[in-house]
Amino acid sequence: MSTAAVTDKRPSTLRAASLPKWTPWAIAAGSVALGIGISAAAGLSSKIQWGLIAAVLFVLGTYGIAARVEGRRQAKDRVATSFVWVAFVVAVIPLVSLIWVTIARGVKVLDVYFLTHSMGVVADTEPGGGIYHAIIGSLEQVGLATAIGAPIGVLTAIYLVEYGRGRLAKAVTFFVDVMTGIPSIVAGLFILSLMLIFEMQPFGFAGSLALAILMMPVVVRSTEEMLKLVPNELREASLALGVPKWRTILKVVLPTSIGGITTGIMLAVARIAGETAPVLLLVFGNPFINNNPFEGAQASLPLYIYQQFANSAGSGAAYDRAWAASLTLIAFVMILNLVARGIARWKAPKTGR
Amino acid sequence: MAKRIDVSGLTAYYGSHKAIEDISMTVEPRSVTAFIGPSGCGKSTFLRTLNRMHEVTPGGRVEGKVLLDDEDLYGAGVDPVSVRREVGMVFQRPNPFPTMSIFDNVAAGLRLNGNYRKSELNDIVEKSLKGANLWNEVKDRLSKPGSGLSGGQQQRLCIARAIAVEPKVLLMDEPCSALDPISTLAIEDLIGELKERFTIVIVTHNMQQAARVSDRTAFFNLAAVGQPGRLIEIDDTERIFSNPSVQATEDYISGRFG
Amino acid sequence: MDISTTTDVPPPTPQPTVAQRKRNARGATRPGDRIFLGLTRGSGILLLVIMAAIAAFLTYRAILAINKDHGNFLTTFEWNTNILPPTFGIAVLAFGTIVSSVIAMVIAVPIAVAIALFITHYAPRRMSGPVAYVIDLLAAVPSIVYGLWGALVLVPHMNGLFGWLNDFFGWTGLFSWDEGAPRSMLTVGILLAIMILPIITNVSREVFRQVPQMHEEAALALGATRWEVIRMSVLPFGRSGVISASMLGLGRALGETMAVATVLSPSFDIQASLLNPGGGTFAQNIASKFSEANEFGRDALIASGLILFVITLLVNGAARLIIARRAEYSGANA
Repeated sequence: MSTAAVTDKRPSTLRAASLPKWTPWAIAAGSVALGIGISAAAGLSSKIQWGLIAAVLFVLGTYGIAARVEGRRQAKDRVATSFVWVAFVVAVIPLVSLIWVTIARGVKVLDVYFLTHSMGVVADTEPGGGIYHAIIGSLEQVGLATAIGAPIGVLTAIYLVEYGRGRLAKAVTFFVDVMTGIPSIVAGLFILSLMLIFEMQPFGFAGSLALAILMMPVVVRSTEEMLKLVPNELREASLALGVPKWRTILKVVLPTSIGGITTGIMLAVARIAGETAPVLLLVFGNPFINNNPFEGAQASLPLYIYQQFANSAGSGAAYDRAWAASLTLIAFVMILNLVARGIARWKAPKTGR
Repeated sequence: MAKRIDVSGLTAYYGSHKAIEDISMTVEPRSVTAFIGPSGCGKSTFLRTLNRMHEVTPGGRVEGKVLLDDEDLYGAGVDPVSVRREVGMVFQRPNPFPTMSIFDNVAAGLRLNGNYRKSELNDIVEKSLKGANLWNEVKDRLSKPGSGLSGGQQQRLCIARAIAVEPKVLLMDEPCSALDPISTLAIEDLIGELKERFTIVIVTHNMQQAARVSDRTAFFNLAAVGQPGRLIEIDDTERIFSNPSVQATEDYISGRFG
Repeated sequence: MDISTTTDVPPPTPQPTVAQRKRNARGATRPGDRIFLGLTRGSGILLLVIMAAIAAFLTYRAILAINKDHGNFLTTFEWNTNILPPTFGIAVLAFGTIVSSVIAMVIAVPIAVAIALFITHYAPRRMSGPVAYVIDLLAAVPSIVYGLWGALVLVPHMNGLFGWLNDFFGWTGLFSWDEGAPRSMLTVGILLAIMILPIITNVSREVFRQVPQMHEEAALALGATRWEVIRMSVLPFGRSGVISASMLGLGRALGETMAVATVLSPSFDIQASLLNPGGGTFAQNIASKFSEANEFGRDALIASGLILFVITLLVNGAARLIIARRAEYSGANA
């Protein structure tokens, strides 16, 4: 047969030389050790360099060893595997570092005093003071933003899923997607342009409006997903009983999907709670306690972090406060996330079926 | 070229569920062996153990021996990748690579296995497409995507792709169940030609098809739903369809269940 | 439900049943239904109005500023809005925004694709869930915290790397370093890469998960290794999805404000080297210049914000169109 050339290129046996199962671990350990050795010998100070050397050694070492023992194709396969693992480790390192540093430095000044006092009488460079005013500001601004953004978002989603057909629905769907990508600072500039026209001074509610704009598309998308999970049979069963459509939506569709909708809103709240840029432009920041979101500058947690970092000329006390505020903010966001996921999981089986 | 398969005491699991139990049989080279049996009897699972595709399914696990000319596919140090190069497979639904041209689809396996000169590749692709009775239909559009062909043509393209790497054995998992009668006939004719060069194992739901194309037929059955599938008997196709030695086989073939 | 759903592939609109359609026609005449329909449709229209208003008011204020610009708004290397006549231009900002985003993409896209493959194809099954969760956590961290971490933790760690790059690649000019604090475009790019990693990973992961089993089995049955399966069937199938995921990430990187404002040491000129501090981005410039800007200065910043708005609109719109086209293609194929 003319395929003799083909068969010649293949191994005559099924048995291919292969490396033992522990090889990747051994190569990893070896490259880490070698990486540390080389770095220490060369006197490199940065851990980033140590890690890079070890990672490069790992990938190259895998290829070299596998190519020699198993052949080129297997070596490529192993390199792909090792690169994927390295990528995973590389992605986890910043997260671990960030969480670790925030906790380690944040707990230094985080106590009840810190949570219950403002910066009113404390200069930014001095120790002392707290984030009470920022927490108040954040809660009010985010609360008002949610009160505006969540209902509009949910109603829009209902329109898209329950009524939406034709060009209007298509346009809304497209612009909701585009709106998701608006940079937060642009939303801030939009409200700012209105304030310039009406010659207004910074106040909390202006920030809420910008945050609400950022929140709406997120709520629309997640609510849409949840409403689509509600089986059509349920709607038809209710409609067939002569229940008007709007009551069907209110009494059947929404209660069925309320868990998922809540989850989506909470995730959106978690996201806007960390926004700094619009607050910086519209609410301006204020070291004193201002309980009125409708008049006068306010503080907010993310803005507080930024201003402690930026306005304190490298003062250690200010950095400590910034980390402690970061820890508070992350804790808030993470708790919202966890609770939201909890609700989603708890409600999922009922709506999923 | 074609090789003999000797299976002894083969049991396959999905996680903790035993899908097939204690199967032993011999498949002769240069012949067509058909697997028949009711749904869920494990004939497809068994087929997939013959080229180690079963273990690709999460939780898939195999015990026992499958000898390919005296070499155990499940022996220590055997590379599943080289097993699949020796034992080709055609699936239920035609699955050409959607982003590749007809030519690239056929050449895909070759390109994995080594460096071929362009002329060498052209020859093998042409020969494989001719072998799959597809050459005349596609020779003018080799650079067009394979997904533009009809279902039957796609399936023959997949057969061409499988035979291009010159496997020893060709496994076919209900290759005609998604095709119309005319395409089915074309594939059946093709199987008749291919058995000159390959050992062919075909799973089919269609008993007439088994009777038409196969030299030997194996009947699989399961005692009850949830129970593992077993090999009831394997014999010459003529015998199975005229005078089987087990009552259950006769019941199934005469349409009393299944 | 996870964070990623907010930016996920938009599913096709559901086909209403015949029963629903009939009810619609009749139901709309009830007062309750009319009010409810009006409310929900009004919300949808309100969203469109907001989008239009953003474009309109930004343009209005921007024109006020650009009309008085003594320099050329597109090419001037200066941002002086408090002097007479005011002279400002976005050249430096456009350059810095593009450079930092490109660096972020170059780093983030391969790593994100690798992590998505890790979750869908490589990780042991018990591990892939937690890994996906960790990536979601990465997305939940507020950008200001990334900024703080970047400025106080990442920047000091960059010294060694910068020294290296200068030693080995300094001759290219791109990586020469004057040993200043490493608050440069490269550091910004690295930080942005970390921040956009989750969104690219999550969207790519969903796409890779949708690769039909039969395409992967086709490659496996030919005797392909795992990497060859991915190259032959997973990556070609997921390519357009990865492209649109990357563009969503690009949209984020272009508009990121606080992380850049805290890390970059800005200057209004263009640095040839990525390692030397200097340059600026649209968003960073707005945040940094805002507090000292008078009303006219704010209009000028709004003008630069309008450019950023248009750029992100184009990038996101393109990403969505690619996703939408892909949905049609795969639907027809199934």
